[in-house]
Amino acid sequence: MSASIEDIVTQALQELAHATDLSQLDQVRVNYLGKKGLFTQQMKELGSLDPEQRRSAGQVINDAKNAFQEALDARKLTLESAELAARLASECVDVTLPGRGQAVSGLHPVTITLRRISKIFADAGFSIVEGPEIEDDYHNFGALNIPEHHPARAMHDTFYFDAHTVLRTHTSPVQIRVMESEKPPLKIIAPGRVYRCDSDMTHSPMFHQVEGFLVDTDVSFGDLKGVIFEFLRAFFEKEVNVRFRPSYFPFTEPSAEFDVSCVMCDGKGCRVCKQTGWLEVGGCGMIHPEVFKSVGIDNQVYSGFAFGTGVERLAMMKYGINDLRMFFENDLKFLQQFK
Amino acid sequence: MQVSEAWLRELVNPPIATAELVAQLTMAGLEVDAVTPVAAEFSGVVVGEVLSTIQHPNADKLRVCQVSVGQAEPLQIVCGASNVRPGLKIPAALIGAVLPGDFKIKESKLRGELSFGMLCSEKELGLAVNSDGLMELPADAPVGVDIRDYLMLNDNVIELGLTPNRADCLSVEGVAREVAVLNNLPFQATAFATVDPQHTETLEVKVEAAEACPVYLGRLIKNINPAAVTPLWMQERLRRCGIRSLSPVVDVTNYVLIELGQPLHAFDADKLSAPIVIRRSRGGESLALLNDQTIELDGDALVIADQKQALALAGVMGGKDSAVFGETRDIFLECAFFTPINVAGKARQFGLHTDSSHRFERGVDFNLQRRAIERATQLILEIAGGSPGPIHEAIAAAALPARAPVKLRSQRITKVLGIQFGDDEVHALFEGLGMQVQVVENGWEITPPGFRFDIAIEEDLLEEIGRIYGYNNLPSSNLLMRSELGKAPEAQLPLARLQDCLVDRGYQEAITYSFVDEAMQNAVAPGEEFIRIQNPISSELAAMRTTLWCGLLNAALYNINRQQNRVRLFEAGLRFFYQDGQIQQRKMLSGLALGTVNAEQWGEKVRKLDFFDVKADVEALFGLASITAEFVAHQHPALHPGQAAQIKNQRGDAIGLLGMLHPTLEKQLGFDSPVFLFELEQDAVLERNVPKFSTLSKYPSVRRDMALLVEEAVSAAAITSVIEECRETAIREISIFDIYRGPGVAEGYKSVALALILQDFAQTLTDTEIDAIFRKVLDTLAAKLNAKLRE
Repeated sequence: MSASIEDIVTQALQELAHATDLSQLDQVRVNYLGKKGLFTQQMKELGSLDPEQRRSAGQVINDAKNAFQEALDARKLTLESAELAARLASECVDVTLPGRGQAVSGLHPVTITLRRISKIFADAGFSIVEGPEIEDDYHNFGALNIPEHHPARAMHDTFYFDAHTVLRTHTSPVQIRVMESEKPPLKIIAPGRVYRCDSDMTHSPMFHQVEGFLVDTDVSFGDLKGVIFEFLRAFFEKEVNVRFRPSYFPFTEPSAEFDVSCVMCDGKGCRVCKQTGWLEVGGCGMIHPEVFKSVGIDNQVYSGFAFGTGVERLAMMKYGINDLRMFFENDLKFLQQFK
Repeated sequence: MQVSEAWLRELVNPPIATAELVAQLTMAGLEVDAVTPVAAEFSGVVVGEVLSTIQHPNADKLRVCQVSVGQAEPLQIVCGASNVRPGLKIPAALIGAVLPGDFKIKESKLRGELSFGMLCSEKELGLAVNSDGLMELPADAPVGVDIRDYLMLNDNVIELGLTPNRADCLSVEGVAREVAVLNNLPFQATAFATVDPQHTETLEVKVEAAEACPVYLGRLIKNINPAAVTPLWMQERLRRCGIRSLSPVVDVTNYVLIELGQPLHAFDADKLSAPIVIRRSRGGESLALLNDQTIELDGDALVIADQKQALALAGVMGGKDSAVFGETRDIFLECAFFTPINVAGKARQFGLHTDSSHRFERGVDFNLQRRAIERATQLILEIAGGSPGPIHEAIAAAALPARAPVKLRSQRITKVLGIQFGDDEVHALFEGLGMQVQVVENGWEITPPGFRFDIAIEEDLLEEIGRIYGYNNLPSSNLLMRSELGKAPEAQLPLARLQDCLVDRGYQEAITYSFVDEAMQNAVAPGEEFIRIQNPISSELAAMRTTLWCGLLNAALYNINRQQNRVRLFEAGLRFFYQDGQIQQRKMLSGLALGTVNAEQWGEKVRKLDFFDVKADVEALFGLASITAEFVAHQHPALHPGQAAQIKNQRGDAIGLLGMLHPTLEKQLGFDSPVFLFELEQDAVLERNVPKFSTLSKYPSVRRDMALLVEEAVSAAAITSVIEECRETAIREISIFDIYRGPGVAEGYKSVALALILQDFAQTLTDTEIDAIFRKVLDTLAAKLNAKLRE
């Protein structure tokens, strides 16, 4: 008979205690419980004993084996948790370090503003239409009831390519283009670049406008007021006041300019609104019968309103931008403020 | 248009303060741009008279003056002004006076001499920015009177930004009429006494162009006093309306212009060779104008001429040769009505803009001329004396603008404005505005007066009601529109999706000018014909861009010069070009990238951007629309010859470009690292392939790799297309996963590692079948591209 079972158990437990990692531990397991392991050998040797002895000796070996298994499991648990703890400790990172990869950039504030305006109107069923930027003088002026030599042409500071081709001075030609090709009812928003031959602190030779118009039966000045009111409240996301001042545009009659209570001081009067409490936002009016005539819409059946506003101006009010020229310098330090 | 508030209130004086008056004007459509006090705040300054001056004993430049200020005793005041002299009337600030800037006048001692006040210059009273010496008051200035009262300084200048339809408010009288209506006050235009002629002489006037000049009044005034001076009150009123005092005759014509809105012109009668002719100019005729400009007339301008030459550009400006000057004694006063169409554009054509042309272009009241010439005569006689002749009058009634009655339907008031307006209200409102009202069936017929050129249709009348009633008092309605279901076109991607994709990939949106510097345009698109602006802001903004790269490159340079070394920009906008002689405007989406792939970051090696990084960005855009785009090597003058691709869509149309900026251009423009550019036609990238379902195979897929040896010139696209041409339906995917050059591969060759994914719809592919496909692919590659399998 080889070493006593007690000795084997003692030695096995010692070896378990000395195993410092899971692979060593597994080696210990193989040494004792593997095919050629010491406990396995002991069991094999049982065969040479008589049945009486076999049973009691078998019992002893089984108990010893169970004791070892229990100790093995316990040791395994200990080593596993130690190993996990070590891994966790070694894998600890500084979570305050920045993430890697491509950083998201941003849209131009004009685009952001235009998208918001478009959304506000699109949700009410307005379609978004664009038009050419190089226009003929008929669409830019003539069809809008601004004949040649009309003083209103002088107000427009037009860029010319030839006597009849211009850079559009406003988005209103889109009104004509839509009404020429589509039948009422019409609900249109026309955003885009416009151009005026004027450049200083408060004028840019290129800027953006949004034109909106609606043609249907029974459209009143009150509808126009309602739309402008709701639009400005949606755009500024606060209860702004709006006022309408009589004005003059050849393509609307009656015509008005609309002002919003100063969004900087809530109408109390500040430097931005020059102490008036009001900021000029845009122009509007009921579409002039002559305009309807030029596109062949019967003004006894249909009526409509149109309004237009400067996008940069709205963006300046919304974000507190104080210099129009920054919009087209494309300084990343400026643009990236609008992410 | 500038008006003096005090002058305005002399005509109509509503019991409201300045602020309210101004608000009222603005809300009635006469927008007030500014209200400026005529003089700064000051007090305690009176008219003084210098009685005597003696040299200051201790100061060369000072004089000790005795000044009468209307008190029992004269005051001793020390003064340093060079123009101080006995007999001079000046503004004297008394002890206790407060001058502009809160400057208090106290009794003081100047180099040992007591001074009981201060003699003032215009600058010290805040009346002028600069002044040279004391303000000299007229000899008849009443000593002791408060200078603010004497100079009428308790007044404001109201600056109106009038719209072109409201020519009727280009006069104090016109504004007064509005103010009266707004405040329910009566208003009556001032009636001026008729001046009796003192002689019978007239100049013969022939109106040849009556259609352009339906009313022409002329009057000879003889023997005026050339030494006469414009009275202070008139000078002040003119100054407040922005007009400089020149001479009594010119000042009077300007005064009447401001008061009534009628431009007048005075000729020096001695310089005229009657008869006076109002005619079209003749080609080749020239005219030396008052402003020293000589204009060459075409055959179209309306002129006032005599027998020798053109004397004035009608309604715009008088000529130099016939102008009144310091010794003029006999004048010919002209007061006419020129029709707007005949003046419109004429001033601008010659680069002129005058108070007269401004009014005639917009429309002057054609019933006003007689009143105006009588008023002017009266004022000239008052100031400069002279002997007036009879008025010569030429009126072509048929050529006068028509004033047809305009129908106003009461139901339209309700429908358009949303208010009920009764008969009394209509009468009061329109009659107050100088119109005639007649009741007709279902409404009224309203005839506008001569001074209103903007009332022709019913809508114009509705605007008048809205304006006077107050736009803000009109009801506002909720938008009651017919609603319809929205649209969701699937074959069209919104541009916003592409913009967002670029933003997510680190591109910042830019918006650059559509017009660019010709030099930049030619550098980026040499030889391409661009569209030129006739009247650009500057030569740097004269060429319409044929590519958005111009602006993006400028924007990139702007940022590089501000310490940005990594720039990614994109822009959506139009490019402009000629095609078959026609102007074309096409929507583009363009981008620029330079610097490193990612911003500098820890734990990662910095890598410079290359062609394929940017290509991936472009491919991502096509991916959104599930478009298969083809990139073909391409030569473009602005791009690196070895790193430029033309992009084609499925139909083979060229829809864009991608490449590295040519190194020569890179250096020439001032960049110091490679710049990558792309430009795509928006319509082509937004055209989306609507997805269509195809069945999935139930059988497993197999991957087979191959490394091919090919010549350098063989492109990846060529390899994949040859494999596709084999038409082996089991080949589901072809991907290139490595390109190798170096040991083991001969010079001039490269090794391309490919993976083929094979899958059949009907069965699991056997090795034999796979080998057969593989061999067919290899044979075809060998035959078409001379490719060999690398061992």
